Amino acid sequence: MIEGMREKVDVCVVGAGHAGCEAALACARLGMETIIFTVSIDSIAMMPCNPNVGGTSKGHLVREIDALGGEMGKNIDRTFIQSKMLNKSKGPAVHSLRAQADKSEYSRAMRKVLENQEHLSIKQAEVCELLVDDTLEKENGSGCKKIIGVKTFTGTIYECKAVILCTGTYLKARCLCGESITYTGPSGLQAANHLSESLKKLGIAIQRFKTGTPARMDKRTIDFTKMEEQFGDERVIPFSFSTDPEDVQIDQVSCWLTYTNEKTHDIIRQNLDRSPIYAGIIEGTGPRYCPSIEDKVVKFSDKDRHQVFIEPEGLHTNEMYVGGMSSSLPEDVQLAMYRTVPGLEHCKIVRNAYAIEYDCIDARQLYPTLEFKSIKGLFSGGQFNGSSGYEEAAAQGLIAGINASLTILGKEPVILDRSQAYIGVLVDDLVTKENFEPYRMMTSRAEYRLLLRQDNADLRLREIGYQIGLVSRELYENILHKKNLIKNEVMRLKNTTIGASKKHQDFLSAHNSSLLKTAATLAELICRPELSYEILSEIDTDRVSLPEDVIEQVEIEIKYEGYIERQMRQVEQFKKTEKKLIPSDLDYDDVKSLRLEARQKLKSYRPVSVGQASRIAGVSPADISVLLVYLEQWKKS
Amino acid sequence: MKIDTIAAISTAMTDSGIGIIRISGDDAISIAHSVFVNKKNKKCLDSYPSHTIHYGFIIEEDGTVVDEVMVSVMKSPNSYTTEDTVEINCHGGIFMMQKIMEIVLHAGARAALPGEFTKRAFLNGRIDLSKAEAVMDIINAKNEFALKTSIKQLKGSVYEIVNKLREEILYEIAFIESALDDPEHISLDGYPQKLYDKNEEILKRLEKLLASADDGKMLKEGIQTVIVGKPNAGKSSLLNVMLGEEKAIVTEIAGTTRDILEETITLGGFSLHITDTAGIRNTEDIVEKIGVEKAKQAIVDADFIIYIVDSSIPLDDDDINIMKMIKDKKIMILLNKSDLENYVTEEDIEHFWCSAISSNPDTGSVSFSQNGRVIRTSIKEKEGIDVFIDTIKEMFFYGELTYNDEVYITNMRHKEAIRESYESILQVQESIRNHMPEDFYTIDLLSACAALGRVIGKEVGEDLVNEIFLKFCMGK
Repeated sequence: MIEGMREKVDVCVVGAGHAGCEAALACARLGMETIIFTVSIDSIAMMPCNPNVGGTSKGHLVREIDALGGEMGKNIDRTFIQSKMLNKSKGPAVHSLRAQADKSEYSRAMRKVLENQEHLSIKQAEVCELLVDDTLEKENGSGCKKIIGVKTFTGTIYECKAVILCTGTYLKARCLCGESITYTGPSGLQAANHLSESLKKLGIAIQRFKTGTPARMDKRTIDFTKMEEQFGDERVIPFSFSTDPEDVQIDQVSCWLTYTNEKTHDIIRQNLDRSPIYAGIIEGTGPRYCPSIEDKVVKFSDKDRHQVFIEPEGLHTNEMYVGGMSSSLPEDVQLAMYRTVPGLEHCKIVRNAYAIEYDCIDARQLYPTLEFKSIKGLFSGGQFNGSSGYEEAAAQGLIAGINASLTILGKEPVILDRSQAYIGVLVDDLVTKENFEPYRMMTSRAEYRLLLRQDNADLRLREIGYQIGLVSRELYENILHKKNLIKNEVMRLKNTTIGASKKHQDFLSAHNSSLLKTAATLAELICRPELSYEILSEIDTDRVSLPEDVIEQVEIEIKYEGYIERQMRQVEQFKKTEKKLIPSDLDYDDVKSLRLEARQKLKSYRPVSVGQASRIAGVSPADISVLLVYLEQWKKS
Repeated sequence: MKIDTIAAISTAMTDSGIGIIRISGDDAISIAHSVFVNKKNKKCLDSYPSHTIHYGFIIEEDGTVVDEVMVSVMKSPNSYTTEDTVEINCHGGIFMMQKIMEIVLHAGARAALPGEFTKRAFLNGRIDLSKAEAVMDIINAKNEFALKTSIKQLKGSVYEIVNKLREEILYEIAFIESALDDPEHISLDGYPQKLYDKNEEILKRLEKLLASADDGKMLKEGIQTVIVGKPNAGKSSLLNVMLGEEKAIVTEIAGTTRDILEETITLGGFSLHITDTAGIRNTEDIVEKIGVEKAKQAIVDADFIIYIVDSSIPLDDDDINIMKMIKDKKIMILLNKSDLENYVTEEDIEHFWCSAISSNPDTGSVSFSQNGRVIRTSIKEKEGIDVFIDTIKEMFFYGELTYNDEVYITNMRHKEAIRESYESILQVQESIRNHMPEDFYTIDLLSACAALGRVIGKEVGEDLVNEIFLKFCMGK
């Protein structure tokens, strides 16, 4: 065999979607010589499904990525065309930012960032094989393999210290549109058909997931007069903590709302036998959180209509995304069904809806650092790990990139726990729990969500980003200053008492608030649902002017103090077991009193801490007690 | 960081003279302090030096005296667990110990898990390393036992009620969460008032449950006793006689009791939880078949079997079947209808017994008298009943019959859990009245759900996410 070319780098990132971009940028910014591979340069940071970033809980992820020094927040701030804060009428913990992206601009802007990043080069090539050193494993049987490089389809070898797999939905991808099946990745792009075999040879267990996307319509064929117009927020709030809010007050475009009806549902029901899912051609379970329209009609047959959101894909295209109607029905059925929807009677489909199947892994093969337990230096992130969504992918890419770099630099890896960030919840769920469908972030998955708000992501994570080396000293010092301002203002409000003077009573009755019987602090007044920090300015005369984001924090801290304190106490409990680490060479067979099921689960998934062990299905509290006793004995002897 | 405080009854749950309730953890002293007064009716336990013992009274929240006690105080690190520890020496008796334990739990302690004191002693370095194995064994063995007990002894109807409540609460949580995750598809307009009304109804049901826990009606207490026999042998009549009232339906038609009847009777110092089963015979009737299956299950869970034989009819294959089912249990055979002509003798029993068990080669031939006793009765004429009752008492007092006292602890845990869910729902009502945003409701609804889950051995975990997807249509 002819020896191919050889190159040497620190890190190879495989795939340039949302996970790959964050991973590569993090590595390069931490000084690693990094190369990022993609099957098509034009698909860097491509959005093959919905044209938006953020949304409930996903908005939290973007904020956290930004606080840690990632790129997604900044990039959507540069390229959004509409923005909305969701759940504004609800509590601060569930406020979520969502922006419509100009898809091609988003992709182009991210590509520009990558292209101009020092230490980073982009390569259009398909990685087919992972190269590992298994001498250690072979010698003593217990050591694990170590990554040493990758090989591309053309035979070139890239030697490296770490590889980050971010292959998205490309591995052995298969797209289905009714009876028509193509072996392509998203949007008809070339699939990556070789890497799966190499992974299997290395002992990595592969599974197959499925997801889907709706059709795109030609804007000129849609009658918007039959739809409700959906506007963006009047005052746009940027995603990134470092974007100047004034820079994002742009002219926004609208989205449109319409509904399916019984006619639509009839067509779907009559053609179910032609859906690859119902006909049994697709075997994997689809994600339950974005069901196809077929699923909605079958599973929720009592609903006589479903919402359909028509969203622009960008400013320089006529393509419109049909949110709520993803499908894998054949083309003719798709057209017939879309045309029953008011406003879509004469629609022309630019791209058909389709379902896509792809290879991914059970992420329980990973440590919470996103490194493979069985192969040193091999990391992975994004849909390859069994998640779904751009934001989930980006978050994992960032963590994998950070930890690959820190490992090479000989530093402690970063693991965010469930009480620190949604990213922590996401990673912990992926590496601990069994997933039967692509995993989507949800606010209900975060048990401490009152603490993990999108508004305080900077306060939670900037410092960690600074320690990692992705956040500048200046930004870090800004945060310390902000924390001080918040603390002092909360203290002042708690210590400032106002008496039951006529002025105060008049003020209260003017705001339909009950009158004071004795003196009260300003903080106590803020707690009243009908009052707020802003309203109190009338009687709070000593107040100094503070930035908006500081006031927001002050108000939340005071208004929800009782609840926040309760969650902090729960977090204290949680941290206790989280801090108890399990040595990686612990022999569970030696822990005799474990129940069989628990022993098997612990043996195969090797949790890093007692806390993680307690979240594995099949491990009981009694098993955890046994484990604690054993660890104590182990430590002492 | 605070170590939570645990409490347990550390003496046997019998009507002995003295009972000890032990409390350990950072709040042990303050908890005991809040429920104890000295003879001058003053709360002063927190001023006592370590390793001293004091006379006084345990009181309820409203100051009512519950029992006269001696309380000893052992401060950290000089105690078994090395944590602050208080031991309350009270008058024995199941009722009193339970009452005091409840007061202690209500004051802020948590019912200790099986083996937890020992676990703490070990983790705090009080037990030497060589005992680690034993400690681990105890923890899992005791927990398995307690878990089995707590679900097995929960009355079927109570399980259903708790399960239903939990599911209804879970549904509300899932609804709120779906709306939070998908605000453009699911609206919460007008929902708070609806939830408020729903909660009022849930609170009423929880109150009822609490009341039934107070009366000890949640669990099957005492010796799990099952009455078996062929149809029309007199099973229901026996239960009626023992209860002194007509509860089970008694008719001349064979196969009348097609379901299971449960009652508890107290026989001076101990109690029997009696299950009356459908008559066992080879049958084609589907309803009757179900009854027979239920009877078989009841036998598996039983501590003691009363097998009634109609002595006016010769033994047959159905009797052999019954004997096979009950052969591993403590048994008493009643040869009933002694007022009628007699076709069954003690020898017949012995003979059938041998052929029933020798058909199983593992068991070998064991005389029936080694497993149980035979008594002649006429339930109709109330003959032999006294002998029957006295024999049961004798078996209990000689230790031939025992029962699982874990049940009292279980009852307390359940009650505490139900109280917790009650208080969590009250908290939700408070949040609704204060116009808190909807996402705050789920914090306490989840606690309520988790507490009820503890009673029936279910965790929330993935249940919530599943419920969200199952019941509500989300999606882009």
